[in-house]
Amino acid sequence: MSYISNTDADRAEMLKTIGVDGIEDLLAPLPDEVRLKRPLEVPDALDECSLIRHLQELAARNADLEANLCFLGAGCYDHFRPTVVGMLASRGEFATSYTPYQPELSQGMLQAIYEYQTLICALTGMDLSNASMYDAASGIAEAALMALGLTERNEVVVSRALHPHYRQTLRTYLTATGHRLVEAPLSGVVTDVEAMKAAIGPDTACVIVQQPNFLGSLEDVDAVARAAERAGALSVVGVDPIALGLLKPPGELGVDVVVGEGQSLGNPMGFGGPLLGFFACKSKFARSFPGRIVGATTDGLGRRGYVMTLRTREQDIRRERATSNICTNETLLALAATIYLCEMGSAGLRQVSDLCLQKAHYAASELNRVAGLKVRNGSTPFFKEFVVEADIPWEGINEKLLERRIVGGLPLRTSYRELGESCLLCVTEKRTKADVDSLVASIAELVR
Amino acid sequence: MSEKTIFQLSRKGRRAASLPACDVPYTPPSALLGEANLRSRLPLPELAELDVVRHFTRLSHRNYCIDTGFYPLGSCTMKYNPKVNERTAGLPGFASLHPLQPDKTIPGALALVYELQALLSEICGMRAATLQPAAGAHGELLAMMMVKAYHADRGDSGRTTVVIPDSAHGTNPASAARCGFSVRPIPSNSRGCTDLDALSRALDGSVAALMLTNPNTVGLFESDIVEICRRAHEAGGLVYCDGANMNALLGLARPGDMGFDVMHCNLHKTFSTPHGGGGPGCGAVCVMDKLEPYLPVPVVTKTGEGPSATYRLDSDRPSSIGRIHTFYGAFLIAVRAYTYIRSLGPDGLRAVAENAVLNANYIRSRLAECYDVACGNQLCMHEVVLSANRQKQAGGIRALDISKRLMDYGFHPPTNYFPLIVPEALMIEPTETESKETLDGFIDAMIRIAGEAETEPELVKSAPHDTVVGRLDETAAVKRLDTRWEPLFGPDTDS
Repeated sequence: MSYISNTDADRAEMLKTIGVDGIEDLLAPLPDEVRLKRPLEVPDALDECSLIRHLQELAARNADLEANLCFLGAGCYDHFRPTVVGMLASRGEFATSYTPYQPELSQGMLQAIYEYQTLICALTGMDLSNASMYDAASGIAEAALMALGLTERNEVVVSRALHPHYRQTLRTYLTATGHRLVEAPLSGVVTDVEAMKAAIGPDTACVIVQQPNFLGSLEDVDAVARAAERAGALSVVGVDPIALGLLKPPGELGVDVVVGEGQSLGNPMGFGGPLLGFFACKSKFARSFPGRIVGATTDGLGRRGYVMTLRTREQDIRRERATSNICTNETLLALAATIYLCEMGSAGLRQVSDLCLQKAHYAASELNRVAGLKVRNGSTPFFKEFVVEADIPWEGINEKLLERRIVGGLPLRTSYRELGESCLLCVTEKRTKADVDSLVASIAELVR
Repeated sequence: MSEKTIFQLSRKGRRAASLPACDVPYTPPSALLGEANLRSRLPLPELAELDVVRHFTRLSHRNYCIDTGFYPLGSCTMKYNPKVNERTAGLPGFASLHPLQPDKTIPGALALVYELQALLSEICGMRAATLQPAAGAHGELLAMMMVKAYHADRGDSGRTTVVIPDSAHGTNPASAARCGFSVRPIPSNSRGCTDLDALSRALDGSVAALMLTNPNTVGLFESDIVEICRRAHEAGGLVYCDGANMNALLGLARPGDMGFDVMHCNLHKTFSTPHGGGGPGCGAVCVMDKLEPYLPVPVVTKTGEGPSATYRLDSDRPSSIGRIHTFYGAFLIAVRAYTYIRSLGPDGLRAVAENAVLNANYIRSRLAECYDVACGNQLCMHEVVLSANRQKQAGGIRALDISKRLMDYGFHPPTNYFPLIVPEALMIEPTETESKETLDGFIDAMIRIAGEAETEPELVKSAPHDTVVGRLDETAAVKRLDTRWEPLFGPDTDS
C-alpha cells in the first residue's frame, strides 16, 4: 500500500523546480557514513485485503471479552459503551486534528475540552480540571510532584490500598527525583488510618488514598484529608468516576487534588491503553497544576470562544521550569468521556453506578455462601469490586473458569501477601444475574 | 453562529442512555454504602440522544483536521491517518481485551507488541524498544530515568547535568528537569546546527546526557552527528535522540548507526496514528544494549520461533527503572502503527522519507523568493523553517498574522515562533502524503499573503476573517479565568 499522492510526473516537475536531478541530490546533507546501505529488514508491504486478514488472525488468537465473561477490574473496566460515544468521538474532524494551538480552527475540540473540564468538576466537586493526563498512574505521580514542589518537602505518604501499579509508577517517578515514599499498611481491606496518621510528618508533602480503594472498599477520606491538612500536606485522592455516580465527591471533603482513571467513561479496555487520566484540583493551584487547560474568552466582535490558557506553566514556554513536561495528552479519550457523561446524564450515571453496586453485592453474597470461600470486604462498605479468599490457589480456579469462557478475578497473592489466597473480582452493570450465577456455580464446583 | 454549551441544551427529565434493569435483589445504596458516603447532587446535563449527536456533530464542524485539509504544522508530522488502522484497532480481539488477562489468553496481543518493538528497533537501528510511554514527552522522561539509573549503577554519581541545544523542543529541558537534572543549554551555530566548540565547552564530567533532535528543529540534518556523539561519549555522557523528526529518516539512516544510545519515536507522528486533537499518542523508546536492562516493566519476552513461539509479560527485571504506565502503554495505538508499517514494507517506508524531503524542499524552493529561509537557503530535510522577518521589518506583519491569514485561504497554519532561535519562525512540514496541487495551493496562498503584507497590511493584521471566531483575547482568558460552565454549579440546577 502507499499513501503517497504524487506521481512520477509530479516528482519530476518538483525536482525540476528545485533545480536538482533526483531525490538522491536532496539527501546530500546525510553523510555517507550514516546512510543505511541496505533495505530495512521489515516484512514486505501487504495489500489492504491481506493486511486486514493478517491483523484479524492476530486478533483471533486472543480471548476477547465480547466472547468471554469478564470479572476482571483492577483499574481497567468492562463498562457499557453507548453506541453514540464511539461514533461521535471517532469522527475525522476530531480524531485527525492536532493539539488546538490555533484556536480559530479548533473551536470544536476546545469547546469539548471545556465541557469535559466542567463535567470532571461536577463529578469530583473540584474547582479546576485539566484537559487530561496519560492515565491515573501518571496523574497520581504528577500530583505528588506538584505537592513536593509546592511544599518544598521531601516525602509522600501513600496508602497500601492504592492500586499497586499506581504505587509502582509513583515509586519510579520519585526514584528519579530522589524523594521518599512511605507506605501506610492495610487494616483488613482498607487503609490503617491510624498508622497513616502516624506516618504523616513535617516532611510530608502529600497523602494519597484511593476511593473506593484497590480492594473495592470505601476509605475514610474525610479523616485522611483532615490529617493531611493539619500537617500542612496536600491530600490526593484517586477515584473511580463510575462510583462518583453515587459517592460523595471528594471536593466536599476538602480534598486538594482528585485524580482518576477515565477509561470507564466510554473508552474501550484496549488491553490497557490508551487510558485517560483526569486531574482536578482546588483553584488555589491554578498556577502550579500540570497539563493543559482550556478557558473561555471572546474575540474582537464579542463572540464567545475558547483557548488554551494559563499557558505560562507549560513546557513549550517555561521549558525546564515548567510545572510538568506533559505535552500530548489523551484529548480524544477525554472527548469520549464527555460524550459518555452527556449521554448518561445525572440519572443515567447514577443508574450505572447503582447497577454495579447491586450486582457486585449480589455476587459477593452468593460467593460468600459457597463453602471454602470468604468475602473479605464484609465489614466495610464496598462498591463494584471485592476480595474473595479461597483455600486453594486462584490461578487454578481461573484456569478452569477459562474453559467455561469466564475470565475470573485477579489473584492477589503477589501484590498483597497479607490477604492470603485471595482474588479481586469486579462486577459491572454489563453482567447479568445469569452471568453471576454461572460464575458462582462454576467456582463452587471447583472449590468443592 | 456559535454553538451553545451542552449544559445550556439540558432540559430536566430528558434521558438518552438505555441501561439494563436491575435483575438482582435490590438494596438501597444508603444501606450498602452508608448515607454519609452518598452524594446529594450530581449536576450532569439531561439530554435526549439526538441533542448529544447534534451537539458533538456541530462541534466537529468547527474543527479543522487532516481529513478536510492541509495541516503543515512543523514538528507534528500531520500526515494522512489511514482508515484501515482504525478498522484493525477496533477488532474485538484487540479492543476488548483486559490488560490483566492470563498470558495464554492474549498471545496475539503480546506477539503484536513484541513484533512492533522489533520493527521499531530495526527502523531506528537500536537493540530493543518499549511501547509503554504514552507520548513523546513521556518517552523523554523514561529515557532520562534510564540514563540516571545507568550512571548510578556504575557508581558515577556526579552526573547531574543534561546538555540541550537552544533549538530543542521545550519538552526536552522539561523532561530532564523532571528527573532532577539541571539543564545546560548550548547555542546553535549560524547554520542552525550544533556548534561543536560550544558543545565541547559544555561537555564536562557532570554531564549525564546530551539530548539532540535529528534532523533538528530547523529541519536540517546534523551532519556532524557522528562527531557530536563521539565527543559526548568521550565525556562519559549518553546521547538521546528526540525522534520527533524520524519521518525524514525512514529507511535512509538510523539514529543507532549515528551513535545515539536511546531515542523516542512518536507513533502518532511518524507511524500515522491520529493525533486525536492532542492525544492519545505513543512515544515508543528504543535503546542500545547498555540501556536495555533498564527498560520499564513488564517486558514482553518470546520463547521459541514460528507458530510454536510463546510470549509472556516479564516483570522480573532487577535493573529495570520500574513501571511508568498503569499497564503497557497505548496498545491500540500500537495496533495502528503496526498496521501502518506492515502496509508499507521496506520500500514504502523509504518512500515516505524521500517524498517528505521532496515536498519540503519544493515548498522551500518556491517560497524562498518571498520569505527568508531560516539559517540560509540550504537543503532541508522533511520540514522547512521560514522567517517572517522581512515582512515584519517592512510593514510590521508578524508570523502570527501570516498564519491567521492562511486560515482565510483554507489552510491550517505552520507552527509559529518555534524553534526559538529563528525570529518570526514559520515552521512548515508538508509530509509525504500531500500532492503537488495541494502544495501549490498553499504556496500560492503564502505568496499572495506576502503581497498583501505590502499592499493591504491591515487585511493581514486583522485576519482571520473567514473563521467561526476571530482572534481571541488570550489575556482576558487568563485574567478572568473561566475553565468550567459556572451556572451548572449554581443552586438552581440541582438534580
